[in-house]
Amino acid sequence: MLLDVHGITKSFAVPKGRLRALDGIDLHLEKGETLGLVGESGCGKSTLARTLMLLERPDAGTVRFGGVDPFALRKTDLQRHRRRVQMVFQDPYASLNPRLTAAEIIAEPWRTHKDLFKTARERAARVRELLHLVGLRPSDANRYPQEFSGGQRQRLGIARALALGPDVVICDEPVSALDLSVQAQVLNLLNELQKQLSVSYLFISHDLSVVKHVADRVAVMYLGRIVETGTTAEVFENPRHPYTKALLSAAPSLRRADREKKEKILLTGELPSPIDPPSGCRFRTRCWKATDQCATPPPATADPATPGHIAECHFPLSLTAV
Amino acid sequence: MTDIGMKVDGLTVDLHTPRGTVRAVDGVSFTAHRGRTLALLGESGCGKSMTAQAVVGLLEPIAEVTGGSIDIDGEDLLTVSRKRRRQLAGPALSIVFQDALTALNPVVKVGVQLAEPYRIHRKMSAKAARAEAIELMRHVGIPEPESRADSYPHQFSGGMRQRLLIAMAVALSPKVLIADEPTTALDVTVQAQILALLARLRKEHDMAVILITHDLSVVAEEADTVAVMYSGRIVETGPVDQVFEDPRHPYTRGLLESVPVDAERGADLSSIPGSPPDLFSIPPGCPYQARCPLVMDVCRTSRPALVKTGDRAVACHAASASGSEGVSHAA
Repeated sequence: MLLDVHGITKSFAVPKGRLRALDGIDLHLEKGETLGLVGESGCGKSTLARTLMLLERPDAGTVRFGGVDPFALRKTDLQRHRRRVQMVFQDPYASLNPRLTAAEIIAEPWRTHKDLFKTARERAARVRELLHLVGLRPSDANRYPQEFSGGQRQRLGIARALALGPDVVICDEPVSALDLSVQAQVLNLLNELQKQLSVSYLFISHDLSVVKHVADRVAVMYLGRIVETGTTAEVFENPRHPYTKALLSAAPSLRRADREKKEKILLTGELPSPIDPPSGCRFRTRCWKATDQCATPPPATADPATPGHIAECHFPLSLTAV
Repeated sequence: MTDIGMKVDGLTVDLHTPRGTVRAVDGVSFTAHRGRTLALLGESGCGKSMTAQAVVGLLEPIAEVTGGSIDIDGEDLLTVSRKRRRQLAGPALSIVFQDALTALNPVVKVGVQLAEPYRIHRKMSAKAARAEAIELMRHVGIPEPESRADSYPHQFSGGMRQRLLIAMAVALSPKVLIADEPTTALDVTVQAQILALLARLRKEHDMAVILITHDLSVVAEEADTVAVMYSGRIVETGPVDQVFEDPRHPYTRGLLESVPVDAERGADLSSIPGSPPDLFSIPPGCPYQARCPLVMDVCRTSRPALVKTGDRAVACHAASASGSEGVSHAA
C-alpha cells in the first residue's frame, strides 16, 4: 500500500468557534491506482489534499506513505519526501507564473531539489523529455504561459507536477476549467501517463461522469467525512449511502435511457455549517430516510457481497430495498 | 405551433479591440417559443454569451451590434428608443446571470432589490412592493422570506442567491427569460434544484427560456431545441433529442463523443484535436475545418450555409453532400 490515511482530523479556528474540515478520514491508495474523491463545496476535499501535500498537519490520526509517517520526518528527509507527492491545480491560468517560460516552469521544482540534476545540460534534456511526455513541442520550451491555450497550459502544469518523479499526483479538478473538447485530451494524457509511469492519482472532481471514467475506486465526502467508498462500479451502480444516491441522481445525464431509468431526488435544505455539524450522521438533516437513531454515529457497514464497498449509514440502501 | 416569444435574425456583433475589429457573433438567427426552452450550446469564446448580452442590450462598450434584428411582439429591440427598451426590460425580456454575487448589489438589502421591478414598472409604494418581493421570495423557495428580506446578498448561500436573481428576473412575468450559465458556479445537488425551479417558472409564466450553457447534459435534460455555436455562428440546430441522437455537424458529434458517458476505465476518450480558432484568424470557409475529420477542399474556400431540413438545420458541406443522413466518422 502506497498511501494509508487513518482517522485524520483537522479543524481551524474561526470567529464563531472551530470549523471541523476533516473529521476522521480513512483512505488508502495503491501504486498505479486512481482514487476519485467527490463531494460538494465545503466538504473538506481541499483540506484533505493540502494535508496529503503536507501543507497542513492533521490534529489527530495517522498518515503513512510507503510505511513512513511524513509528519515525523526531519527537515532534509521531509524535503526529499515532498518529491513523492505533487499536485495539478484546477486553474491553468492562475497556477502558472506568467513571467517564466515553459522550460523555467518545469525546471522550477529543481531549484529547491538541487540534487536531482547536476548540470544545466541534464536539466535541459529532462525539460525536453517532459515536454514530449505531455505532448508539447520542444520549441514550446521558450514560450510563456499566455502564449498557450488552456489545454496546453494544463499539459504544462502536469509536466511540472511530474518533474520531481512523484509516486502520487493529486489532481484537484484538473479539467474543470477546460472546454469539453479539450477536457478529453487532458484526461487521455493523464491516463496515458499513468500507464507509462505507474503513478497514482488522487483525482478530486465535482464532475461525476469524469470521475466515473478515470477512477478505479471512489470516495464520497460529506461535511468532513467519507460517507461511502468502493470500486467505481459498485458506488455508481449500487450506491448505498443516501447522499451518494442523491448526488448521482442530481447529475444531469446526456442519454435519454439514463434519464428515464433515473429517479430524481431533489435534496431540500442547505448544507449544514461545518462549525456546528449535526450530531451522529451529518447527512440526517437532509436525508429522506433519517430517524431518531441517526442522531447517533452511523456504523460503517460493508456489503456482504462486496466487502470493500462501505457506507457510513444506519439504513444503507441496497439493490433490494431502495 | 406555440407562440413565438422572440425572433432573432442575422444578429451580428463586432468587437473593436486595440488589435483591430473582429466578428464575435456572425449572423445568428433563432426563434424562442413561449413555454419552451432553447439552448445555446458552445464552448468558451463561441459567442453564446455575447449573443445574450446583445439581446438584452448589455454589451461591453467595445462591442457593437452591426446587423440583424431582435423581434419581440413586432418590436425590434435594436431600433426602438432607449426609453422603450427600458420599458421592455422586465415585462418583455429579462436575464439571469451566472454569478449571482456580482449581479446583486452587495450594499442593498435583498428585499429592496427585489422590490425594484414593482417600484419602477408598476409604480407601487415601497410597502406594497416589499410585500410583493416577500411573496416572490417565498415563491422561489427562500425560507423565512419576511426576515430574510432584510439580509444582504453575501448572507445567502450560492444557491439561494441564484434563487434571488431568478426571482428578480421573473418578477414582471417576462415573455422571454435568458439564463446565461445559471448553474455553472453551483454544486450538482444545488444545480438540480435551480434547474427544477426554472422549469417550474417557465411553465407558470409561459416564458420562452433561452438557456446558455456549455454543458451537454444540462441541455439534454432541460431544453427542447438546441443551437450549437462555433466561432460566432450557429453550426447546427434542431430538437434536442434528434440532434443528440443523430448529430449532423462533425463538431456536434465531436462534442457528444467527448463526454465520458460509459467509456471504459482506462480507454481513451474520443477528443477533438486542436482548439477553436482565434477570432483574429478565423479562416475563410468553414471555421471548423482545421479540426474536422471530414474536411474537404470546398471547406477551405466556401463558408457553409445553415441548410434547413425539416425541423433541423446544419452548416456543413460534408453533411449536405451526404444528404439528410448524419455525418459518420470516416476513420
